[in-house]
Amino acid sequence: MSELQRQPITQRVSCIVCPMSCVGEVEIAEGQVVRMVGFSCERGRAYAESEVTAPKRVLTTTVKLNGGTLRLLPVVSRQPLPKDKIAACVRCLASVEVEAPVKEGDIISGDLLGLGVDIVASRDVESVSR
Amino acid sequence: MNKQFFDVAIIGGGPAGLAAALSARKAGAKQVVILERDVELGGILQQCIHNGFGLHRFQEELTGPGYAGRFVRMVRADTGITVYTEAMVLEVAKDKTIWAVSPTLGLIQLSARAVIFAMGCRERTRGAIRIPGYRPAGVFTAGAAQRMVNMEGFLPGKNIVILGSGDIGLIMARRMTLEGAKVQAVVELMPFSNGLTRNVVQCLEDFAIPLHLSHTITFVHGRERVTGVSVAAVDANRCIVPGSEFYLPCDCLLLSVGLIPENELSRAMDICLDGLTNGPVVDQYRQTCVSGFFAAGNVVHVHDLVDFVSEEGDIAGRSAALFANGELPLEKQYINVKAETGIRTVVPQRISLPTAAGEKVRLFMRAQEPLTRSTLTITTTAGKLVERKLPVAKPGEMIVADISTEKISPDSQEIIVTLLPQSLGGA
Repeated sequence: MSELQRQPITQRVSCIVCPMSCVGEVEIAEGQVVRMVGFSCERGRAYAESEVTAPKRVLTTTVKLNGGTLRLLPVVSRQPLPKDKIAACVRCLASVEVEAPVKEGDIISGDLLGLGVDIVASRDVESVSR
Repeated sequence: MNKQFFDVAIIGGGPAGLAAALSARKAGAKQVVILERDVELGGILQQCIHNGFGLHRFQEELTGPGYAGRFVRMVRADTGITVYTEAMVLEVAKDKTIWAVSPTLGLIQLSARAVIFAMGCRERTRGAIRIPGYRPAGVFTAGAAQRMVNMEGFLPGKNIVILGSGDIGLIMARRMTLEGAKVQAVVELMPFSNGLTRNVVQCLEDFAIPLHLSHTITFVHGRERVTGVSVAAVDANRCIVPGSEFYLPCDCLLLSVGLIPENELSRAMDICLDGLTNGPVVDQYRQTCVSGFFAAGNVVHVHDLVDFVSEEGDIAGRSAALFANGELPLEKQYINVKAETGIRTVVPQRISLPTAAGEKVRLFMRAQEPLTRSTLTITTTAGKLVERKLPVAKPGEMIVADISTEKISPDSQEIIVTLLPQSLGGA
């Protein structure tokens, strides 16, 4: 482990758990929380810990849709994805094309980038009758 | 052209209209019609592809289309609900005759026993906030851009500045970034963001997009296409601070500067409007000042959570069905609900008496400004109905409180709602 990682790092975290919106600081060293200040409840502290050690986000975006009543299909990740993988996921989905009709929940890209999370359609789209 | 008859006619097929239709059916309306001007039901939810909808209603986080889909499927499965899409309502008469046009049916005329307004709202545009500068291409409202990006497949620009940090502005900052555009900054006139903290964190901080609070745009540059904007700081009175101006190059300016309830139809028939919500004055049944006309959702007041829009649709739908069947209690008297110190708006604006035994009325309020540790008080001349301490109150998050109507005596003059800092409010 490099010297840099052993040095404690302080990160500011805005809590999103409730409308109180506490802003606190978390100090991490070697991937572990060593100090935490500014959060007023247990849920906030748990959120802050996950936010600095393994932040995750649900991804919503669109993919190209052929033959449908819409040109784009909105999609959502079934579970949250690691925050630092969001950009790579979006890049990967930019080249995905699907054919109408589609049903909400249809898997559009299974196990995206091997992260274990499926990207699914977030609505139904019918095909255009020709 | 055949004239058709319905128990309840609903204008608008967004979240308020959909909930109202289902609720009207449940409360005994036999024939319900929804008139929707878009090609499909769902309203603006269909372009809100992000998640976070439905935590109150379904206890899970759905996307906009996902939330809409649940209601649309139920409406489609109910044979007592007729849906006209691509049907633009032109006029509503006091006798509850409705005229609409559609490209496939031409002129539609129908008649109902009760009418529900659920037209939602539209965005304020550049004209409403009078930003000086040229009139180049590349200036869009954030919602219009959202529809282009999420449904129609156009990117309105590649180098973006956003004015307004309400939720739509924040959501679009993330959306444009994910689509490969560079968002230079979000500029906010007020000293605080009106958006949810969650959106400030996940839409701006995640992508290191600067948020300039207490700043505004003073000039739009570019003759053919936007080339940049001038940004300046504002003081406590929202006046531009001389010498604080700086330039941001961009090819697209998105405006997220407020929503206006769409009340042309209501105004044309002289329904009383509230000057602050810009929506009809309603009672607890969501009945307007014209008997048999109801309203729900963003046409009444701009909501921040769709769950509350659906809840309001439920109320209006049920009330309209009862009215259509002659079962809605006839009002003998109104008690006005007034927003005073600390509260900007309150809905419903009046309560009609007599009420049913044990009836509770839910008040939806907006704070005037952000406050920590404040006291919400709801009083009548006879005494306090509600006193509640709020750890935080923000204009962007609606305050909800239930009052029990048994405590309202018919000789109460009015109900007064205040929000005071705890040091002033006592208790």
